[in-house]
Amino acid sequence: MDLMSLTAVTLGKKIKAGEVSVAEAAKACMDSIERYDSEYNCFVTVADREGVMKQAEEIQKKIDNGELTGPLAGVPVAIKDNMCLNGMLTTCSSKILSNFVPTYTSEAVEKLIEAGMVIVGKTNMDEFAMGSTTETSYYGETKNPWDKNKVPGGSSGGSAAAVAAEEVVCALGSDTGGSIRQPASFCGVTGIKPTYGRVSRYGLIAYGSSLDQIGPLAKDVTDCAALLEIISQYDKKDSTSVNRDDNDFTGALVDDVKGLKIGLPRDYFSEGLDPDIKDAVYAAAKKLEEKGAIVEEFDLGMVEYTIPTYYIIAAAEASSNLERFDGVKYGYRTDSYTDLHNMYKKSRSEGFGPEVKRRIMLGSFVLSSGYYDAYYVKALKAKALIKRAYDKAFEKYDIILGPVAPTTALKMGESLSDPIKMYLGDVYTVPVNLAGLPGISLPCGYDRDGMPIGLQMVSDAFNEKTIIRAAYAYEQTREYKRPADVAERGQN
Amino acid sequence: MSKAYETVIGLEVHVELATRTKIFCGCSTAFGGAPNTHTCPVCTGMPGSLPVLNKAVVEKAMAVGLATNCNITRNCKFDRKNYFYPDNPQNYQISQLYYPICRDGKVEIEVEGKKKFVRIHEIHMEEDAGKLVHDPYTDSSLVDFNRSGVPLIEIVSEPDMRSADEVIAYLEKLRLIIQYLGASDCKLNEGSMRADVNLSVREVGAEEFGTRTETKNLNSFKAIARAIENERERQIDLIESGEKVVQETRRWDDTKEYSYPMRSKEDAQDYRYFPDPDLVPIHISDEWIEEIRSKQPEFRDEKRARYREEYQIPDYDIDIITNSKKLADIFEDTIALGAAPKKVSNWLMVETMRLLKENVMDPEDIKFTAKNLAKLIKLVDARTINGNVAKEVFEHVFAEDIDPEAYVKEHGLATVNDEGALKTACEAAIAGNSKAVEDYKGGKEKALGALVGQVMKAMKGKADPGSVNQMLRELLK
Repeated sequence: MDLMSLTAVTLGKKIKAGEVSVAEAAKACMDSIERYDSEYNCFVTVADREGVMKQAEEIQKKIDNGELTGPLAGVPVAIKDNMCLNGMLTTCSSKILSNFVPTYTSEAVEKLIEAGMVIVGKTNMDEFAMGSTTETSYYGETKNPWDKNKVPGGSSGGSAAAVAAEEVVCALGSDTGGSIRQPASFCGVTGIKPTYGRVSRYGLIAYGSSLDQIGPLAKDVTDCAALLEIISQYDKKDSTSVNRDDNDFTGALVDDVKGLKIGLPRDYFSEGLDPDIKDAVYAAAKKLEEKGAIVEEFDLGMVEYTIPTYYIIAAAEASSNLERFDGVKYGYRTDSYTDLHNMYKKSRSEGFGPEVKRRIMLGSFVLSSGYYDAYYVKALKAKALIKRAYDKAFEKYDIILGPVAPTTALKMGESLSDPIKMYLGDVYTVPVNLAGLPGISLPCGYDRDGMPIGLQMVSDAFNEKTIIRAAYAYEQTREYKRPADVAERGQN
Repeated sequence: MSKAYETVIGLEVHVELATRTKIFCGCSTAFGGAPNTHTCPVCTGMPGSLPVLNKAVVEKAMAVGLATNCNITRNCKFDRKNYFYPDNPQNYQISQLYYPICRDGKVEIEVEGKKKFVRIHEIHMEEDAGKLVHDPYTDSSLVDFNRSGVPLIEIVSEPDMRSADEVIAYLEKLRLIIQYLGASDCKLNEGSMRADVNLSVREVGAEEFGTRTETKNLNSFKAIARAIENERERQIDLIESGEKVVQETRRWDDTKEYSYPMRSKEDAQDYRYFPDPDLVPIHISDEWIEEIRSKQPEFRDEKRARYREEYQIPDYDIDIITNSKKLADIFEDTIALGAAPKKVSNWLMVETMRLLKENVMDPEDIKFTAKNLAKLIKLVDARTINGNVAKEVFEHVFAEDIDPEAYVKEHGLATVNDEGALKTACEAAIAGNSKAVEDYKGGKEKALGALVGQVMKAMKGKADPGSVNQMLRELLK
């Protein structure tokens, strides 16, 4: 049996039942990474095998003596390389952190460890999560398991591709403007961006602090709900963490959408959207309607403001968040320098890639004196209006349904040459971050080239259960499909 | 023909708040400690770390704001001030620009009998930076983050002061308020209180302000007074000679008694302030403000009035004692232990002041406790020891806060109450000082003093002078 072809929850059940040992699961995962990662480059750092096997043994003991009873105990998991893990290289896929080993573990990862999950490594990403293709990584681009000439999306491209390529059964990503949902869509897997404040950001190396959220990537909605349940906990180390008692997401895995009100924003289906995607999303809406949901079209509004608003706010925060990478305390420092300022300048010029520099410059510009009101303050106002547009929509609808991205996975190199085009690809995902809302991306079809298409569902703040229920119900109407290369593995 | 000029001064005062832990993490604020031992991922700016506000900082800032008649901002926020420097681990300082916690306050000062208000523009909270240590052997600089994240408030006045005396009076007023609140020890020389002076001059009667400069590195009241005088003259000289005052930041060198420019307005940095997204706005409710207000201590003016009423000690004593929270506390605590107010005040006014001066200490540095002062006074009242012995014992109380009862016992300092021994010593003194005896008998009262001295000497200072006096008079009858 190929254990990596299972879902995380199924694997967890088998471990619990004693059909599969934790060591077997860990070994299968390590073997798969060892065998296939050279093809896809999903990982920046793979955990030391001996350490993983030792962990597996300890977890097995705790499962056997009843200390660990959770659904994912003993299941291997990968984490995006912007989450700190004590003792393991944490690079954000940047040269500037190429030697950074934290002495602390991010809260979300701590929760995985507490739940008895085995961390098998750190996945590739766009440098500092800035990008939508995983091509801006200092450690080389990750390839899409559906077509190696295409990007896996980003910035959590390594996590999404690792799940699709069955190197792991599940992974954590982070989403600032679509960085979980868009790669999930491009790689044909499922990912959830939780409500802002649901998951602690402590130990997540910040890109846009007011927008960043950690979330799960896996083969299906059930796995995502189970992972989200583990990582969603109030954390007093994160001031923006919200104390909630409704984190029992697996309870929302119900195949019932009767009476659920679903709104399709007309503004999302206009120019620029690939017709195959449009058809797939409408078809999905139809399926939900057949299951008893009430589907309507409406005008959401503010769509044209989302990209500029997002890039001003995210870049402004990033320009400040990334100041700490200066070559003084940790990370990369240039070899030769004449004085302090020269050291700063050279370390940062050599340590950051072009996309990161572009956003630092953009962010510094919009915060500088004389431009602050014209750009940053205006963007904050636009952000408030975008939130209001959603509030209005949620007075009427339980869920907003739409595409994740205007295209399926692009060819390698295509968007790097045209950053504006790349930015525009985020149009359906960034407003969800600006409004702090939860969103899910799950497969809903394939384009003319056989590339996966993602369906996005968004609900009001802290209503993750609503989208989990609807996504689960929709998922029951289709089969999980593996990339051809992955499906053929067993046959040779 | 030179014109008459008026000096216009505003102050930016930084005060380190006396909280147990830092403003955004649980690390200790204690002084000392090996470099980088009071640190964690948060106060060293490690990637992924997040600040969490210490509530005690907000409460102390609010207390200072209420005591200086400020309005408390109900929804205040923190902003990031971005600048690169190695002592600033994140390369931004978390401070408050847009919504500082306190605004529009005022304090009353008095200079040469004239009272006036100095308005406070705002008080904001921020974090302190680390410290750079230069190592001459390796010619490199090292950073110690122990002070990084220690809470500060910055009190920004309006340009309402017109002389160095007014500036000192204002600083003294702030110092007292803050010390009474227990919000800080406010030591200029140790940096727990720092003042930057914004100064401009203008012709008397002019309505517009002149161009101002900011002077930094002022570590004592005297340095502040000298720097103000120096800067006033420098600006007037410039104007008189037809030159212009440049808006700039200057650094005061107190040993050379002059200032030099650090940076001008032209190369002023753009700090790119923006609200810190890692911290949520602080909602301050009416109830919270009332809670802080109800906990405000008795301030100096109230104390003065009460002392006059309750203790009947001279105004002069009251002024000195209430000029330090520490002295006032010891005064009240010692009285509460049963000592007479006038006696306590005498110990504080005479011996304590003398020892402070000799040891170059501030009253805030006093280490002795009211308990031991009260015991000492009790020993004197009971005539267990005499005045001179008491002074000697007090020196040890002052230096080491020893228990006077135990000390007297251990060192055999108690007054000898042995009538026989006293009589023998008196008789010996009379026998050996016929001149003094004659003088006394001839009506010279003062001559008795010499005999008392002889007896005290013979008794090794441990006799009660009153008893000696009485015994001698009886023997000489």
